[in-house]
Amino acid sequence: MKTIIEAKNIHKSYPMGKQTLHVLKGISLKVQTGSFTAIVGASGSGKSTLLHILGALDKPDNGSVEFEGKNISNFSAAQLNRYRNQSVGFVFQFYHLLNELNVLENTLLPAMITNGPTGYLKKKKELQEAAAALLERFGLGGRLRHRPYELSGGERQRVAIARALMNKPALLLADEPTGNLDSKTGSGILDVLKELNRGGQTIIMVTHDLRIAQMAGEIVHLEDGRIVETSKKS
Amino acid sequence: MLPWKLAVRYFRSRPSSWLAVAAVALCTFIVVVVLTVMNGLVSDFKEKNHLAVGDCILTTDSLVGFPDDPNWLALLESQPFIEAVSPAVFGVGLITQTGADWNIAVQFLGIDPVRHSAATGFGRSLHYRKNQPHLAFVPSYAPNEPGCVVGIDLAGISRTSQGTYLHPLQPVPIRLILSSFPLTPRGAMARGGTDLVNSKTYYLADDSHTGIPQIDGSMIYLPLEEARLLAGMDSPFPRISSIHIRFKPSVGLQEGVEQVRKLWTEYLDSRRNHPYFNLLEAVRVQNWLENRRSRIAAVEKEQTMLIFLFLMLGIITVFIVFVIFYMLVGHKSKDIGILQSIGMSKIKIAQVFLHFAALIGFCGTLLGAAGGCLFLVYINPIENWLFERFDFQLWDRTIYAIGQIPNQIQPVFLLNVGLAAVAACLAGALIPAVQAARKETVEVLRVSQV
Repeated sequence: MKTIIEAKNIHKSYPMGKQTLHVLKGISLKVQTGSFTAIVGASGSGKSTLLHILGALDKPDNGSVEFEGKNISNFSAAQLNRYRNQSVGFVFQFYHLLNELNVLENTLLPAMITNGPTGYLKKKKELQEAAAALLERFGLGGRLRHRPYELSGGERQRVAIARALMNKPALLLADEPTGNLDSKTGSGILDVLKELNRGGQTIIMVTHDLRIAQMAGEIVHLEDGRIVETSKKS
Repeated sequence: MLPWKLAVRYFRSRPSSWLAVAAVALCTFIVVVVLTVMNGLVSDFKEKNHLAVGDCILTTDSLVGFPDDPNWLALLESQPFIEAVSPAVFGVGLITQTGADWNIAVQFLGIDPVRHSAATGFGRSLHYRKNQPHLAFVPSYAPNEPGCVVGIDLAGISRTSQGTYLHPLQPVPIRLILSSFPLTPRGAMARGGTDLVNSKTYYLADDSHTGIPQIDGSMIYLPLEEARLLAGMDSPFPRISSIHIRFKPSVGLQEGVEQVRKLWTEYLDSRRNHPYFNLLEAVRVQNWLENRRSRIAAVEKEQTMLIFLFLMLGIITVFIVFVIFYMLVGHKSKDIGILQSIGMSKIKIAQVFLHFAALIGFCGTLLGAAGGCLFLVYINPIENWLFERFDFQLWDRTIYAIGQIPNQIQPVFLLNVGLAAVAACLAGALIPAVQAARKETVEVLRVSQV
């Protein structure tokens, strides 16, 4: 199977008062296209930092990340924006939706950025139909004009997933997607992710919950900034 | 597209944006109202001075005047760029009434009323003989007696508290005795030893209202030749104090003045052998603005001070917008992180806040300018109402030569104020917008998660 993203010897430190906190200590990781990888570890083990580096939200101090064979560390600011907009989709623990926009508009955000004002206006109908179809697929067909604060936690997270998928990214990065949900709603979100993966979507999910991680095809155990174990489901 | 969409949504959802709109609107309102009134007062004052002087004036500071040369006047009148020319004699004296024990120091101006009306606004300033300058010095109650025109405030015409002069139906039959001190061309008292003071009696024929208090409160207009006698400018050769010129409407002020200067220089060269060449040399050719500079400069200085004060007000608006946007960027950190995480560029993020600021500026300007215009339209009725109800007047009309409060709205001025208000908003939002764009995605999202 083809490698979609590869992290090579990633190091990352943060200043903590007068000291430096060495969060990632030489992480190397390969993720295959179409796989579902869970990165699991205790709080502070560096799993979210790793996810942010893979998604180009943060930069490593050392090491490199290659996406489809291209080193994203060499990307210009415009290329990084394009990478975040078209190649990866982010799902955050706290949904991170814009309260001023309704469900449909939140979902359309990445497409608006991709197409620019004229392109978006030209394709507006087509894009709105695509976003509505995506939301319909996640059971939000009747909520298109609602604002995020009018939705439940599970619904908000499904909107966040729809937004992440709007531009059909090759890689979906999920940072504790069920961390803010009760177990029943969380399980619904995991079902959505599993279904997406079955459809060929590559997913990297960060979680501290080993039971949730079990549903992934590959589990990467992180401890104190290092990968201590990698296990694959047969 | 997206920056505008977000800007509009932020604008609608943030109460603080309405606070900023109110600040901009208030500032715009004040600037529009006060500067329109001030600009109106200054333009009005300038126009009154323009009418009093004409377009151009040849004048001297000396009270003895300069030689009156009919050939020179004819030369001026024959120029295609000149509409009218009016020679005048200026003097100072004392005025009293027959049998009265009072006297007042006055200035007098000897003119040919028809020529002077053609060159200046004299004919329009008259009350009983308005636009009938040939009758200016003919008292209606004593047509065969010598008449004079007196500045309206010197004539003692009473005014209502709203500034309207209450003229009787006919001029009051008053006999005025004007005494002057005739001077020789060298500045000595003329006719020394026998007849140091020239006195003549005139009947009040009309009053003149130029709107310039210095003139209306002290000027008496007389026929040119009589004024010449009173001032001693009749001998040993006829003299005048000034020549007022009006240019043809198509001629630019400076262009006309330059041509008159050129003609005067040539004339001066041809008169080098004149025994009183020094008097001709002292003559200045000025446009009306230069001539009235000392009076107008004071008003313009006040206008400049006011503009400077409003600049301060503008800076305060910039600061208000800055504070509001600084807080807004703090509150919207999460949104900034989200937008960065889905690939929005830093420039576009800055644009969200700059568009938001432009919206505030636009709405504030629109509201402020509309309110300002509405207020200006009704400023005089409002002042009248305040005066009737509370005895309040912006300017005491018994003191100031102001009729209506000027309220002529200038579209270009409104446009400039609007552009300045939007620019002030953009300036206030610039630093917070740049700060928003420079935020680190991870830091922002991590903090908002906490």
